Amino acid sequence: MALLAQQLAYIASAVLFVWGLKRLGSPDTARSGNALSASAMLLALATTLIAGEVISWTVLLVALAIGSVAGALLARLVQMTAMPQLVAVFNGFGGGASALVAAAEFLRLDASGAQGGHPALLVTIALGILVGTVTLTGSFVAFGKLQGLLPGRPVTWPLQRVLSGLLFIGLIVLGALLAGVGAELEFVAALDGWEVLALLGLGAALLGIALVLPIGGADMPVVVSLLNSYSGLAAAAAGFAIGNPLLILAGALVGAAGLILTRIMCRSMNRSLANVAFGAFGGAGATATADDGERPVRRTTTEETALLLAYASSVVVVPGYGLAVAQAQHETRKLMDLLVERGVKVSFAIHPVAGRMPGHMNVLLAEADVPYDRLLDLDEANPEFSRTDVVVVVGANDVVNPLAREADSPISGMPILNVDEARNVVVIKRSLSPGFAGLDNPLFYLDHTLMLFSDAREAMADLAREVRELK
Amino acid sequence: MGELILGLYVFTLATLVGVELIRRVPPTLHTPLMSGANAVSGITILGAVIVVGTAEGPWVTWLGAAAVVLATVNVVGGFLVTDRMLRMFRRDSER
Repeated sequence: MALLAQQLAYIASAVLFVWGLKRLGSPDTARSGNALSASAMLLALATTLIAGEVISWTVLLVALAIGSVAGALLARLVQMTAMPQLVAVFNGFGGGASALVAAAEFLRLDASGAQGGHPALLVTIALGILVGTVTLTGSFVAFGKLQGLLPGRPVTWPLQRVLSGLLFIGLIVLGALLAGVGAELEFVAALDGWEVLALLGLGAALLGIALVLPIGGADMPVVVSLLNSYSGLAAAAAGFAIGNPLLILAGALVGAAGLILTRIMCRSMNRSLANVAFGAFGGAGATATADDGERPVRRTTTEETALLLAYASSVVVVPGYGLAVAQAQHETRKLMDLLVERGVKVSFAIHPVAGRMPGHMNVLLAEADVPYDRLLDLDEANPEFSRTDVVVVVGANDVVNPLAREADSPISGMPILNVDEARNVVVIKRSLSPGFAGLDNPLFYLDHTLMLFSDAREAMADLAREVRELK
Repeated sequence: MGELILGLYVFTLATLVGVELIRRVPPTLHTPLMSGANAVSGITILGAVIVVGTAEGPWVTWLGAAAVVLATVNVVGGFLVTDRMLRMFRRDSER
């Protein structure tokens, strides 16, 4: 009877998870969707605590308290510009927890001597440990890159793919050993279960590091999405290991979410996942500087730009990672307010891979109180540019690089924002240095492109002041 | 074996539901979607509390306690930060 009640509560919780996810799909309902998911989690946790025949409450309650306080503090204190780092850390924690649950389940089986008859169960345990640990260490490498603790450029070493491949094969073998394959062999029988387990965890930890280190900073939207997916899959594997359908269901939902975001990010760069994972793309930097001295750019001043903006009828701002780095979102919004007051139509065009995680720019601008109906995505923005007086590119580069339309460039075929179709383009940038792809940007040399060499935040603040004085 | 197959049913169907639901999410919500989904992946907290609550050896208890801490950070932090982000999203008419 109690078991039935528990399962019914789990089903209710599953419904709430799916419903919550559905409501997360529209800005009007998203907040309640998140609350629904949270209540689903609370219901599931309460059910488990009541029905779980808990014998040692002390450790459990202390661990719950520590986790809650730490989680709440992190959520409250993090800056919006650091959101990709935080999501990476949370992903890593989720994956790590799933790996630990799978490991504990193995030790329990091992101690009871019951593992012999469950090869399928042991495979799911091995998968949980493998995927969970890769998520944990991979996320922390991603965190290091996003936080600037590790180099943002791709870190490569000789035979990198071969070594990672061998490591992966080794892990599959260890997983098979854990599942009881080859138990009749003498050297296998001599190994303790926990020894295989420890090797598996250690190898998976190395693999997570080896997979993320070679990926460059601007490809982080793909990495973060993929790790998000892994954290779900690890939870699902842990669900198989402990025989809990709710873990399987919720884990699969998250796995699907991460996978879709990964696909959207890859498609927005016209690159395959394999190319992102193994291409060591970007950061070469050598191709760009060659002809700096020869080709002239048109420099402009904040005074000139302010006039241009103030007397335009339509302005589109194209933000990129540089906006986040400079923390220029609030100044940008102030400028927007002044222009709107003057009757200028202002919108923002956001490329799917702008920033360091999917939707990064949208959150930053939302924080600065820019209404979301002023934000255009790629498909909405491109038809607008030919009707736009001034485009202001701030801290973006590769996503507006016309080279993407040519056949033989490294970013060929990447869908870009066609800002060069606008009547005037102002690019706010600190210098002519190339973007992440290491490519020169022909946009900067066009006749109707003006370069405003400045820090993004200073430039926006100056522009706002100039526009205000124009009255 | 029956339990495993049932699990695979749940996994496959949930994946399909997830794909259908998330395909429709507009790009502007991609970050909250990701951090919200991330919090949901903390569901592994259920496994973690079972491990700790019923542990019989010190090793398993400590492993489980670490899992509970990590998963709780993931769940509590994930939902709260998602809410914090979503509170900021406004329409032009709501300013």
